[in-house]
Amino acid sequence: MKANCWMGKKKLRVEEVPDPKILSQRDAIVRVTSTAICGSDLHLYNGFMPTMERGDILGHEFMGEVVEVGAGVSNLKIGDRVVVPFTISCGHCGACEAGSYSLCENSNPNAGMAEKMWGHSSCGMFGYSHLTGGFAGGQAEYVRVPFADVGPLKVPAHLSDDQVLFLSDILPTGYMGAEMCDIRPGQVIAVWGAGPVGQFAIASARMLGAERIVAIDRYPYRLQMAAEKAGATDTINYESENVYEKLMELTGGRGPDACIDAVGLEAHSPGPMYAVDRTKQALMLESDRPLALREAIRCCRNGGTISIIGIYGGFVDHFPLGSVVNRSLTIKAGQCHVQRYMKPLLERIERGEIDPSFVITHRLPLEEAPRGFELFSEKLENCEKVVLKAA
Amino acid sequence: MNTEVQKLETYGLKGVNRLALHTGIRTGAERRAKVLGFVSLGVGVVALFAPSAVAKLIGAPDTSKSRLVLRLMGLREAASGAGLLIHPDSAGWLWSRVAGDVMNLGLLGGSFTSVRVKRGRLAVAAGAVLGATAVDTISAARVSHGPMHKLAAPIHVVKSITIKKSPTEIYAFWRDLENLPRFMQHLESVKVTNGTSTWRAKAPAGMSIEWKAEITLDEPGESIGWRSIEGASVPNRGVVRFAPAPGGRGTQVLVELKYDAPGGALGAAIAKLFGEEPSQQISGDLRRLKQVMETGEVMQSDASIHKGLHAARPASEGERAEKLKGDIK
Repeated sequence: MKANCWMGKKKLRVEEVPDPKILSQRDAIVRVTSTAICGSDLHLYNGFMPTMERGDILGHEFMGEVVEVGAGVSNLKIGDRVVVPFTISCGHCGACEAGSYSLCENSNPNAGMAEKMWGHSSCGMFGYSHLTGGFAGGQAEYVRVPFADVGPLKVPAHLSDDQVLFLSDILPTGYMGAEMCDIRPGQVIAVWGAGPVGQFAIASARMLGAERIVAIDRYPYRLQMAAEKAGATDTINYESENVYEKLMELTGGRGPDACIDAVGLEAHSPGPMYAVDRTKQALMLESDRPLALREAIRCCRNGGTISIIGIYGGFVDHFPLGSVVNRSLTIKAGQCHVQRYMKPLLERIERGEIDPSFVITHRLPLEEAPRGFELFSEKLENCEKVVLKAA
Repeated sequence: MNTEVQKLETYGLKGVNRLALHTGIRTGAERRAKVLGFVSLGVGVVALFAPSAVAKLIGAPDTSKSRLVLRLMGLREAASGAGLLIHPDSAGWLWSRVAGDVMNLGLLGGSFTSVRVKRGRLAVAAGAVLGATAVDTISAARVSHGPMHKLAAPIHVVKSITIKKSPTEIYAFWRDLENLPRFMQHLESVKVTNGTSTWRAKAPAGMSIEWKAEITLDEPGESIGWRSIEGASVPNRGVVRFAPAPGGRGTQVLVELKYDAPGGALGAAIAKLFGEEPSQQISGDLRRLKQVMETGEVMQSDASIHKGLHAARPASEGERAEKLKGDIK
């Protein structure tokens, strides 16, 4: 089969690789129809995630048709059309039973490696380094899906791939980011980053009843999408406006009730701290540059909430803990517990409350995955979201 | 009673020993170490402040670069010396002198190819450093005797995990010793015959070892203990306890293992380079036990089914036939 393989920093190649086989009775094999490039894939592409091996198949947002099921999978049959969550979760450990699927205690075969880095391991994930298990990813024609009796969600025929594909990651991730803000009527939510996850965080904050939603980015086309499609009431371009001053102006000096970081470890900033953090990253003195997170903390109102859904992998410097402690901020974070949100969000799509396909700007054949990465990473052709179509 | 003696007694034995260390030198090895310390400090200070004189003495060219190298070597030498004078019983500082000697020899060796050196003087200097290396190595090895002895002590590993099953269920699974290879990755098989069991394990470098063991403790639903029978090449004993986890979270499994690994802790440290270090191995074993108890089998990814590092992509037919580990077919 064909698959998009990581061959080194900024080096991808669509290669012919062996077809996947059932390894466990709870596996299924899915023939991929649509798969997407995630913003977090760019951290792998740009060489910021450790434990990548040359030849790793990338991709964790995918859907398709079930072509083979293990003996232990009774809820799926050959021919079913399914969306697969990026989180691999066993469904039976303490974390899964509590609904914290991204903390599954059994799905990462390299948990020992993750424990050394983070203290404890997260769940296994598709196509996302060996720290999260070394699972072949979804930017391929076929994928082996472990715990197929727990993860994949059957989707109705009348909804197109483009409408349901993002249930695999970014729609639930954006939704969880908004849910962690515990939004009450009248509240103002600020979202750093108007990439696809930021767009869905904005759309979810709207669905959850926020009064005002402020989108912060530096690309006018992304801010325009946030205002016109996602439902942002205000936008701030951080390259031409002072984010703190603008937010205080919008909120009567209080600051937003909650701030969502949908940026993560490769943040930009026009200020001098960008050069400091970028240099430290290059010298491996810090792994992640938390420029958006620092600003979100500074702007948040006293007693407010910081919701982190952007990806961080390791360590950050100059973390403004004094601001957090002295102003009673609450920090919530996490990889999305995708399985928890798939069904309710599918229902919202069916009811017409949201059509997630609005973020798609590029549809390419799988063979052109490397070009898709370049468009997305370099923000060429006003790229917001690339969907790859497998034949 | 003499107040001085009373004072010493209230310090306790440890205090008296510490006092002895500060007031005098206990052993011949330490006396030798102190002499080496003074030599290091002296040579170091000279090289640090008069690098030109040292360069002339050993026949090296007197350039700004060579003076910088000599100053740095002097600084390192002086640090070794000061360390030895403060801690004459420390093998570490003695080994730092050995490391320094090796570095000096390397630099001198490198200088032989330079056209600007006086080879005769350089040869004399190299001879002197060789002699010093011998003295340093012997001294370091003698002082190291204590810590080296410690490195050969039996290995003791304690690890714990929480499993969402009752203590009775996990006890029953473990008590059937033939189940152990399902989650203990280094075990090939366990066979139970008339109260004793025969364990067969993979050893580093593709070898395998076999030993017999007996059950020493058996409290249903609570604990199991075992011990290898005399004659085992790696004498070992272990105990596993099953206790209800608070808050209805299943069972806390606590494993304690002791064994005389070949080479003791030193052997274990070397084995770690091959990924077979005991505490790491037992953490992995407990994680696999949890996977088997909670999900029915050991979790595998496209990369983890291979013995070594492998890209996250499906295995080819050839790889399937040859290299895959465990019972994956």
